[in-house]
This record gives sequence, structure tokens and C-alpha cells, in this order.
Amino acid sequence: MAFFLARRLVQAVLILLGVAAITFLLLYFLPADPAVLIAGRSATPQMVAAIRHELGLDQPLVMQFLRYVGNLLHGDLGRSYTQKTEVLPLILARLPATLVLMAAGIVVEVALGLTFGIIAAVRRGGFIDRSVMMLSFVGVSSPQFVVALLLLYVFAATLGWFPMSGFGTARHVVLPALTLGVLGAGWYARMVRSAMIEVLRQDYVRTAHAKGLSGRRVVLGHALPNALLPIIAMVGIDIGQFMSGVVVVEAVYGWPGIGQLAWQAIQQVDVPIIMGVTLVSALAIVLGNLLADFVAPFVDPRIRSQ
Amino acid sequence: MNKFAKQISLAALLAASALVPARLAFADTPTNGGDIIVTYKDDIATLDPAIGYDWQNWSMINALFSRLVDYKPGTTELGPSLADSYDVSDDGKVYTFKLHPGVKFTNGRAVTAADVKWSIERAVNPKTQGPGAGFFHSIVGADKMTAGTADTMEGITAIDDHTVKFTLSQPDATFLNVLALNFASVVPKEAVEAAGGDFGKHPVGSGAFTLKEWTIGQRLVFVKNPDYFIKDRPHVDSFTIEVGQEPLVALLRLQKGEVDIAGDGIPPAKYLEMKKSPEFEGMIVDRQQLETSYVTLNTQVKPFDNAKVRQAVNMAINKDRIVRIINGRATPASQVLPPLMPGYDQNYKGYAYDPEKAKALLAEAGLKDGFSTQIYTSNTDPQPRITQAIQQDLAAIGVKAEIKAVANPNVIAAGGTQGQAPMVWSGGLGWIADFPDPSDFYGPILGCGSAVAGGWNWSWYCNKDIDARAQAADAMPVPAKAEERNKAWAQIFTDIQTNDAPWIPVFNERRVVAKSKRMGGPDEIYIDPTRVIDYEAIYVNK
Repeated sequence: MAFFLARRLVQAVLILLGVAAITFLLLYFLPADPAVLIAGRSATPQMVAAIRHELGLDQPLVMQFLRYVGNLLHGDLGRSYTQKTEVLPLILARLPATLVLMAAGIVVEVALGLTFGIIAAVRRGGFIDRSVMMLSFVGVSSPQFVVALLLLYVFAATLGWFPMSGFGTARHVVLPALTLGVLGAGWYARMVRSAMIEVLRQDYVRTAHAKGLSGRRVVLGHALPNALLPIIAMVGIDIGQFMSGVVVVEAVYGWPGIGQLAWQAIQQVDVPIIMGVTLVSALAIVLGNLLADFVAPFVDPRIRSQ
Repeated sequence: MNKFAKQISLAALLAASALVPARLAFADTPTNGGDIIVTYKDDIATLDPAIGYDWQNWSMINALFSRLVDYKPGTTELGPSLADSYDVSDDGKVYTFKLHPGVKFTNGRAVTAADVKWSIERAVNPKTQGPGAGFFHSIVGADKMTAGTADTMEGITAIDDHTVKFTLSQPDATFLNVLALNFASVVPKEAVEAAGGDFGKHPVGSGAFTLKEWTIGQRLVFVKNPDYFIKDRPHVDSFTIEVGQEPLVALLRLQKGEVDIAGDGIPPAKYLEMKKSPEFEGMIVDRQQLETSYVTLNTQVKPFDNAKVRQAVNMAINKDRIVRIINGRATPASQVLPPLMPGYDQNYKGYAYDPEKAKALLAEAGLKDGFSTQIYTSNTDPQPRITQAIQQDLAAIGVKAEIKAVANPNVIAAGGTQGQAPMVWSGGLGWIADFPDPSDFYGPILGCGSAVAGGWNWSWYCNKDIDARAQAADAMPVPAKAEERNKAWAQIFTDIQTNDAPWIPVFNERRVVAKSKRMGGPDEIYIDPTRVIDYEAIYVNK
């Protein structure tokens, strides 16, 4: 078990280095020169050259990359080209908002997905099952941008139940979390349903029924824990999915997270910020998967005994 | 040193600016007080006056800092600001400014002539990595500074605490305009150093407002500077910038009264609907700005190296139709300069839409069967749609243009690479003037000096005769020969277009801002030709 986790940790570091190298290369070969963008329209070629030198962009690629990784090991993500300020504080200032949003999104999708998945499994083939599966299909296929604007228009602009945008109170988080979670909820509902149907066919479930347990205890106490494992693995993967989803959701709801930061930096070829956000996102995905690996043995004794 | 140069008094400026709102019948005298909320989608990049150079932070930086001279609100007319008066030498090379006495930075220290010198040197120094360095090229010593071989500029001298002298290497009629740019804002050295490279997040100036709070990704709060040296300004107590606001959401909030100014304006798709809706009456400000959107024709790439071909494609474009694509938010353009710019020639009609004549000209150039080429464009709406219209117009005269829709930085890179982009549609990256002077539309985008790698002269146009005439025009002293100079510039631009046609000027886009009904004052202070939003002049109706 300890060996397994150590191996995953080493893998994680290698993945992060690989992500750093690939992102760095991609940005290096982008046909846009940050020095030209910074120097502005009134600059002469000499000024552009002077700025390129100040940024260290006149050095060979290998040197630039080594210096970047060297700084990275000291926790230094460099300075933004356009904002002329340290990148790390910019990301740290925005990270909590994104984490709150992701956590709320996961709660929404798991809660909705489990509830509807179980109901559909128990009432398999019935009207409720078919409606739930239909709805989940709609949820899975709806573009986030549309869901976001729809929720916003109905529940914030028209009904006024929630604020239209911003950050700070629990009411602010409801609509963004719903938007983020509703897509995943569809997947979860379908997955939980098929996992539950599988489990409900097992002999021990029949035994549980036979010894006179109530339907609720059979489903929630015996069947559900065995259907949970794929869900846990999926939550880990979801953290990566959410990292891309938050870009849209944050933009619509004015949520001050790192998705907005990334989007703006890409438009301005602000390489240090793009690198920083990419690395932090990669770290989140890696940690999410590590966490899933770590939690799985506690839920499923079969893994623990391996 | 003679006295022909004007002595301008602060009193005159205030009297003049007070007249601006009075011209409009519905506007009354500005009332003081009130806290307003302004929204933007994107973050504010920086508030450092030596670095900030986008249409969002420009007006905020303008409100935080003061400069030797400044524009009267809503106009393109220069007046005194930090300097009470100035003299210009006979040869137009020496400018001497007297500072207004008793002006203080918001950290309490008095503003001195040495601060003026240090601030401008900082803006030019390549270590600052600012986009404004090029504007100060005419000051003696600017070349050494930008080359990184000097730390100070001999052309700027602090004679005493209240007198600062600039020596230019050649007369420069635009010099006062340059001193009114944000890049020439006066900053306190100690605050810049204390911020440790983060002055853009901790700005200290002597302007109408101070920055009270900056919560990254959420809001910036600017409060009135109680010691501001211009009496009775600003009018509002504070303005809060809320960032990260989707433009459509901002409009919904505006409707509900939660927001006072939607800074990003109205998305093109909503424009006509809102413009026609009585609900939004008095809430939409829609004005001309100093902007021209154009297609560059690369004079170094075949077949655009032939002036006849460039003239032919100029006749092929149906500009009225393109204006309809963006719901009429622009006026078709006939020439390089926008209508509000001094030197704009009202009588010049440019090339009328005439596909038959265009085909004939192409045939004359030996291209009876047309040719294939490429047109680069920004990939954000509505630019690709506009480019498609241009593509169809070109197809009608037998020119097959392949559209290359890429991200803005890549359009800029393609335009600035020799021999790469035959045509570039400038929309979304269009030339908005830095200051209201025609020379700004020449040197950086049509002059020989900017036809270089990484430059913005994407036509790679270089006409030595025109360059000489431009230099002569800029050497004419202003204001003594302002009229003559504007005429010279008008002739330069119409000659360029008539003979060489390096551009297809397509339209002059208007700016649109949505504001709440309680905001007072004339439209021109919400779309100020040099400031974007003039936070110093806007007010809340009581």
C-alpha cells in the first residue's frame, strides 16, 4: 500500500514536469512575440529587442526552460508580462474561489446523480426510470453556456432568488454550482443506475430481502456501498473535467477564479500566467486522482486486502 | 525664449470646462456626491501609468494621476493641468513648464520638477518594459535611454522645484499631446520603489482619485482625492469597478439599477433591440471615436506591389453592406483619418464602390482573370463575418482570398512579418488614436520607420517623399501654424490614398456604452475622445 502510494507520487511529479515541458514548448513555438505585444505600437525594433532581453526571451530555448524549472523548484512561477506582477499571488488569490466552486459542483452532481440513479434503478423500466434517463440525457448534452444563461435568467434576473453575479455568500454559489454539476449529474445518474442494477441482481441482495430487511435498508445499506466504487474513481477524474468547465461558468457568473485568469492570459499571450494556471490545474488533476486512489481502499475492503 | 507661446491660466480652463455641460439643454450643473458601480468582463491588468495601455485601464490611470497638460473634458483641446503655463522657444525645440504650486501626491509629499523628470525617464527606460517609450523619441537622450546605455535623459532638466525644461532633438508639433498621455503621468519615486516592482497594484499619484481597495478578480474601489488641486472636481465620491462581469449579465444588472455603467457596452446581437426599446431610452451612449478599421494591402507582396491592383480592390468593397453586418454601429470610411481627427478631409470621397471599374483596373494591371491571395483576421466575432463579406466582394472581381482567422496576437505577428500577410483586416485590433493628432495615424502605421519586423505598418508601405512631407508637417510650430499643419496632413493622407492606396479604409466604428438613468452629464464625457470614460467629469443626478 505504501509502495503503491509512493509510486503514484513519483508519477505525479513526472507528469507535472512533462506538462511544464509540453506547455513551454507549445508557447515557445506560438507565432506571437510577447515582446512586440508589450512594446506597443510606438516602439522601434531596438525597443522590442531591449524588452525581449529584459524578459530573457533572447536566450536559447533550453536555457529558458531550465531557468523556468529552476525557479519553479523555489516556488517562483515568474512575473506576468502584461500585469508586471508575480504570478503566484495572482493564482493564489483566485484559487480558493475555484476550489469552492468545484467542491460545490461535485456535491451537486453526486447528490443529484446518486438520488436519481438509485430511484431509476429501483424503478427500472418504469415511467420514473425513463423520465430520469431522458432528463440525464438532456443534462449531459446541454452546453454549459446555455445552462448558465438559462438559470441566470430564470432564477436571478426574473425571480430574483439569487444574485446575478459575484462571490462571497452561500447564495452566490448556488447557480454556478448547479450549472457545473448538472452536466456531471447526468453521467452519474446513468452510472449509478447501471451499477445498482448490476448489484441488485446479486445473490446477497436476494438474501437480504429474504431475511426480511426493509427495501430501503437493502438498497442503501447493502447494494449502494458496492455500487459506489466507480463513482469515487469518477470524482477524481471529474476534478480535471471541472478545470475546463469552470472557465465558462466563471465567465458567465463573474466568479473570481483561475478560469477567468487563464482565459484572459491566453488572449494576451501572457506566457507566465498560462504556464502557472496550467501547472496548478495539472496539479489539481493529479491530486484528485491520487485522492481517489487513496480513498478507494477505505470504501472497498477488497482493494485494501490486495 | 519668446512669449508667442500661450500663457494659459487655470481659471480659463475651469471656465471653459464648465461650459461643456451647459451647451446641452437638458443638462444642469453637476451635482457632487454619489458612489457608482462600473462593470467590465476582463480584469484590470495594471494601474501603472508607464505600463497600462488598454482601453479599460486607460481611463482609471487617467483619473489616478496628473500630467503637465491635459485635455478639457469631452474635447480634443489641450489645456493646463499640473503645469500652470509653458513657453516654447523660437525654434520649437525647448519647452519650459511652470508647475502649479502646492500640488501634493496622495502620500502627502509635494510634487516637484524632479518628479516630472524621473517619471518620464522611467516610462522610457526599457527596464520598465512599458509600451509608451516610443512617444518620447524627440527628447534629447531618449535614444540612449531606450538603447539601455543611459539611466537619465539630458533633454529633461529640473531647473528648480517648480520649473522643468524639455529640450528636443527636432521640433515636434505633437509634443504637448505626448505630455498629456498617461505615460507622462507624474509618480512619486519613493512609492514606486516601495512597491518593489508592483506599483501597478499599489499606485500613488496626484490625480482626482486614489485607489482604496483592489480585490483581485473582483473589484477595485477608487475614492475621491480630497486634496485634488483642481477645484470642484471630481464630482462623484467614489467609483467601484466590478470585474469578471459577462456583458449580457452587466446589462441585466443595469436594467435592475445595480450597475451604473456597463463598461463593455452592448454585445452586437443586442444592439438594435436595445437601441429601439423605450426602456433603454437615455441609457445608451453611442458616439464616434478616433478609430478607423481597414484592410492593409501588403505593398511588398505580389500582386499588391502594383498600385493599380490596390486601387482595384479598394473599389471592390461594398462598405455599406459591411456596416449593416455590425448593425450600423459604424460609418463607411473614405480615408485613413477618422472624421473627428484634425486634418480629416470632408470633400475627399476616396474610392467609390464600383466592381466593374475594379475589374477593368485589374485587367489593366494584367490580371484579367483575377488572382489568389490570403486575408488575415482576428477570430473573435464579428471579425470573421466581416472578413467573409470582404471575401465575397473580392470574389465578385475574380480575386480568391483565403481567410486566415487566428487569435489577435497571431494576427499582429503575421502583419509584422515581412512578406507574410498579403491582406490583414484590422477589426478588433483597429487603430484607435493615442492622441488627437493626424501624425499618430502616419508614423506608427504608414511611415517608413514602422515598416519593420514587429512593426505595425502591415502594408509595409514606405514612400520617401511622403515621409519627408510628414517630417516637415511635424516640424511646424503649434499652435502658431496649427491650421497650416492640419492642411498639410490632410493633403498627405489623401495623396497616400489616391496614389498609393496601401489600405482599404472600411469604416469608422462608434463606441457604445450603457449607463443608468441617474448618471448625468453630456455623452462626450462617457466616450471621451482621449480618456474613454472621464471619471473626473461624470456625476450623479440628484
